[in-house]
Amino acid sequence: MQDFAESFAIAFTLVVQLDPDLMEIVGLSLKVSLSAVAVSALIGLPLGAALGMARFPGRSVFIVLVNALMGMPPVVVGLLVYLMLSNAGPFGWMRLLYSPGAMIIAQTILITPIIAALTRDIVERLHEEYADYFRSLGVSSAGCLGALLWDARYSLLTVGLAGFGRAIAEVGAVMIVGGNIDHLTRVMTTAIALETSKGDLALALALGVILLALALTVNASVMLLRGTAVRTAYA
Amino acid sequence: MLPLVTKNLGFKVNGAILINDLSMTLDADGVSVVMGPNGAGKSVLLRLLHGLMEPTSGTIRWAGQAPDEWLRRRQAMMFQRPILLRRSVRANMDFALRQRARGNQREKIDALLGHVGLKDLAERPARRLSGGEQQRLALARALALEPEVLFMDEPAASLDPASTVTIETVVRELKESGTKVVFVTHDVAQARRIADDIVFLHRGRLLEQSDAVTFFEQPSSSEARQYLDGKIII
Ligand SMILES: Nc1ncnc2c1ncn2[C@@H]1O[C@H](COP(=O)(O)OP(=O)(O)O)[C@@H](O)[C@H]1O
Ligand SMILES: [Mg+2]
Repeated sequence: MQDFAESFAIAFTLVVQLDPDLMEIVGLSLKVSLSAVAVSALIGLPLGAALGMARFPGRSVFIVLVNALMGMPPVVVGLLVYLMLSNAGPFGWMRLLYSPGAMIIAQTILITPIIAALTRDIVERLHEEYADYFRSLGVSSAGCLGALLWDARYSLLTVGLAGFGRAIAEVGAVMIVGGNIDHLTRVMTTAIALETSKGDLALALALGVILLALALTVNASVMLLRGTAVRTAYA
Repeated sequence: MLPLVTKNLGFKVNGAILINDLSMTLDADGVSVVMGPNGAGKSVLLRLLHGLMEPTSGTIRWAGQAPDEWLRRRQAMMFQRPILLRRSVRANMDFALRQRARGNQREKIDALLGHVGLKDLAERPARRLSGGEQQRLALARALALEPEVLFMDEPAASLDPASTVTIETVVRELKESGTKVVFVTHDVAQARRIADDIVFLHRGRLLEQSDAVTFFEQPSSSEARQYLDGKIII
């Protein structure tokens, strides 16, 4: 067990020197979570926007479902994806378990409902405002969808950031489906959990600092985006 | 598309009767002005005529045809509170033009913006404009569609004088070019300036429909008389 001061010192050097092992872990974390956000946005944005715009029977059931999925615990998502991808599971033949691909799938399932639900809320409010004009003008459904997504772009960027924040900080799902394998599936959160339990606080602390910095950056970006959008009246 | 004929038109929401048994005819020529106190149902009537809402009883016929999507595309509406996209002035114009499958029309947009005095504001965010500028943008955007019928829902209520002049000038030009204008206002002086005929509403009912001269000189209903005298009518 290192003492705290020493751990801090080592952690500091690791960060400043851009230690290769550290950077590998950070890099994989970013790769996995950014991929998951991209895929989730591809699914969640149109889905959420369609839910916000359309009126069909059973719509409220759908919305309750999406909102409920938003609160899924990461370990449960991890478990479900594990069952799907394990050798005995329906997608076992893809041999994805314990690979970054599996981690991207798990995080995508985790944050797609978040992106869809937040998008639904934003688009629904904008649509209420625009609906009369679009109807008067005779805009097609696809045209409405595109225009609403475009006009809500600043708010939707913050939705993406919220999804990214949740994905990068999540540990349960990637731990289960990734397995925290060194040089293969080790990401920041799983590494922190492992190193702390081993008593190697330096690496854990260094990763913790970077994770914290990322969280701060995400939040600052959200505030900055809001500010810009309000100032230019595009929000 | 004209004449417009409504028969026993009614619109009810949760038991509240907003338009009550309204039968009228609007002819092709002249500016028709819809007047009446706040809450009389002027906006509701316009939305029904334009087909944004379905009447709960009665019929609307444009030259014999019920309102539908295709008729609506040959009309345009300016809303009481302008609905502007969160984009630049130019992008708002562009969006409207694209809905009519007309390609890049930079010159047309510039000309229209110039016509309503917004030329220098083309790149500004639309929602940063003043109230008068917003209504003038809504007007330019409606003109871009070259509608056969233009509904204008109190476009000049509480606007700066310059914007009011611009809007009234355009109304006169539209009339000369044969576009039907249905104009809502509760400003009596404005109605006198632009109206050829008047539709006077009170509590969802049509109390009077007559040519402007008759309406202003000899209103037949006591409500209209009091209204023109500037009294509050309930
Ligand atoms: N969609 C609606 N649902 C319920 N009530 C409405 C609706 N639209 C308008 N109203 C009510 O109908 C009445 C007439 O409204 P409106 O047509 O806006 O009056 P105005 O003559 O001032 O334009 C008002 O009392 C208003 O509150
Ligand atoms: Mg009104």
